[in-house]
Amino acid sequence: MIPALEAKNINKYFREPVNFHVLKDISLHIDPGEFTSIMGKSGCGKSTLLYILSTMDTDYEGDLFINGQNVSQLNTDDHAHIRNESIGFVFQFHYLLSEFSVLENVMLPAKKLGKKSFEEIEHDAMEKLRLLGIDDQALKLSSRISGGQKQRVAIARSLINDPVIIMGDEPTGNLDSKNSDIVFNIFQELSHEQGLSLLIVTHDDDFAHRTDRIITMEDGRIIS
Amino acid sequence: MKFSVILSISKTHLISRRKQTVVAALGVTFGIGAYIIMMSFMTGLNGLLDGLVLNRTPHVHLYTEEVPSVNQPIHKVEKYKDQTKFVYSVKPKRKRPQIHNALPILDMLKKHPKVAGITPQVRAQGFYLAGQTQLNASILGVDVLKEADLYNLRDYIVEGSVLDLAANDKGIIIGKGAAEKLSLTVGDLVQIGTIEGEVFPLKIVGFYQSGLADIDDIQSYVNLKTAQRIIGESADYITDLNVKLLDMKNAPAMAKDLGKQFDVASVDIQTANAQFDSGTSIRNMISYAVSIALLIVAGFGIYNILNMLIYEKMNDIAILKATGFSGKDVRRIFISQAVIIGFFGGLFGLVLGYLVSWLISTVPFESEALPTLKTMPVNFETSFYFIGMIFAMVSTFLAGYLPSKKAERIDPVEIIRGQ
Repeated sequence: MIPALEAKNINKYFREPVNFHVLKDISLHIDPGEFTSIMGKSGCGKSTLLYILSTMDTDYEGDLFINGQNVSQLNTDDHAHIRNESIGFVFQFHYLLSEFSVLENVMLPAKKLGKKSFEEIEHDAMEKLRLLGIDDQALKLSSRISGGQKQRVAIARSLINDPVIIMGDEPTGNLDSKNSDIVFNIFQELSHEQGLSLLIVTHDDDFAHRTDRIITMEDGRIIS
Repeated sequence: MKFSVILSISKTHLISRRKQTVVAALGVTFGIGAYIIMMSFMTGLNGLLDGLVLNRTPHVHLYTEEVPSVNQPIHKVEKYKDQTKFVYSVKPKRKRPQIHNALPILDMLKKHPKVAGITPQVRAQGFYLAGQTQLNASILGVDVLKEADLYNLRDYIVEGSVLDLAANDKGIIIGKGAAEKLSLTVGDLVQIGTIEGEVFPLKIVGFYQSGLADIDDIQSYVNLKTAQRIIGESADYITDLNVKLLDMKNAPAMAKDLGKQFDVASVDIQTANAQFDSGTSIRNMISYAVSIALLIVAGFGIYNILNMLIYEKMNDIAILKATGFSGKDVRRIFISQAVIIGFFGGLFGLVLGYLVSWLISTVPFESEALPTLKTMPVNFETSFYFIGMIFAMVSTFLAGYLPSKKAERIDPVEIIRGQ
């Protein structure tokens, strides 16, 4: 079985303001359908690792495979394409385009991919919104909905291109416990019922302990 | 990826920030509008000023000149061949002002491939006689219909018409200044005295006004035959040949050639009116300089607004990049916004320019110099509108390029982690 994501001997240095070895020899792999969380204290390098795994940060040593393809040597345009097609993103702060409607926000990555017709994309986007229970908000401006709803829209957007893996950087960090629960349940459903891999960086112990696997980091190393 | 996706994002950005978009577009509108207005008005005026002199001036003027002979009798004496000779008080040789063989030359030049037209003239000196007063008169015998076609004579005839003169062998179109001094009106008889002492009564069929008082006081037009009769010469007596060329640029070379070929004095329009040529190009240069300055100001406005937009849109840019838009896509989004602003701003600029030019063209403008002109001269040349539009697009593209380049380079990780 090809792992959804595999990292081999990843090393990362910060050169500014002083030379600092952030990530030390990180190797990990995520299987399809696995719901994994990364925990660790602030500054241990877990977000840095996530951005390398997401192909947004390319300044590192080592090899990164997404769906079996080595992406560490590709150029930034190819990385953009991989993010578009294979990776879904959910951030701590919703990160929607505030001038666009909820539906347009969800549709944009699919329009960028350009594999389906406009009607199909719209249909898919409505499906995803329905899955997350916010299809009634579809035509509202994304700045006009609540924080919990925004996060669900962001999840719907991350799903629109049927990615191999979804990455989250503290996706529940800004939500109350009720909305956190909703988000967690959605993630779990996606993982168990649709076989989607998830890799979520979190500070939230409860959240982490309900996932399939916890990766704990300390001082730039994986310790368990 | 389809360009329409990028355009729809640009459109949303532009529409959701309507005020700034409109301000940026207005910058372009005023820049282009001012360019159109300046060019239309300036070239309209230029055309008028040039017309005052250039349209009336033949491209090549052939005439005879009374000059002292270079070879004096002493030069032919063999004995003094190697000596330096000084001859004092050399007088010009008496020559009839007639062009020798004028009619054959006329026929030949008519068939010349570079010649648009040629008109013969007979200059005669005389006097306007009215009771005791004698006013100097310079009477020009012309082929009046041809003169009207080639040198816009019609524009300077304020009363009567060239046809009246063509139809009347005893007619004269008299300078307005002279007519006023002699208190004559159209239909009156004017007595023309010649140097030889004869008197010819001619009927006034029109008034001529060039705008130059010196000319209007003495010059008048008659038919070629009439002028020849006044000075008692035959039909082959022609004093001047005025050549109009198809291309004015050939004038200096042609003047030289023709002068040599027919052994007559010749002058070309560039030499005769050098100051007008340089005046025109300097005025054009000024209008372009001002227009470009206006567009640069508009360009900086767009540059500023796009820069601000990109700072405000850092988040959006990070999201777009995180969800798979490449740097190139992001750059296209912002460049297309600049070009859309340029396109619509430019379009409205053309409309504004046209409307204001049209308004200017309705402003009354009476000029002594050009009696047929009633309103401000405005040149509605379409090429200004093309150039204006191209200016608008190019300058906004350049103004959008640097900010877009910056947006392309924004690192999404920095933005997302910075929150």
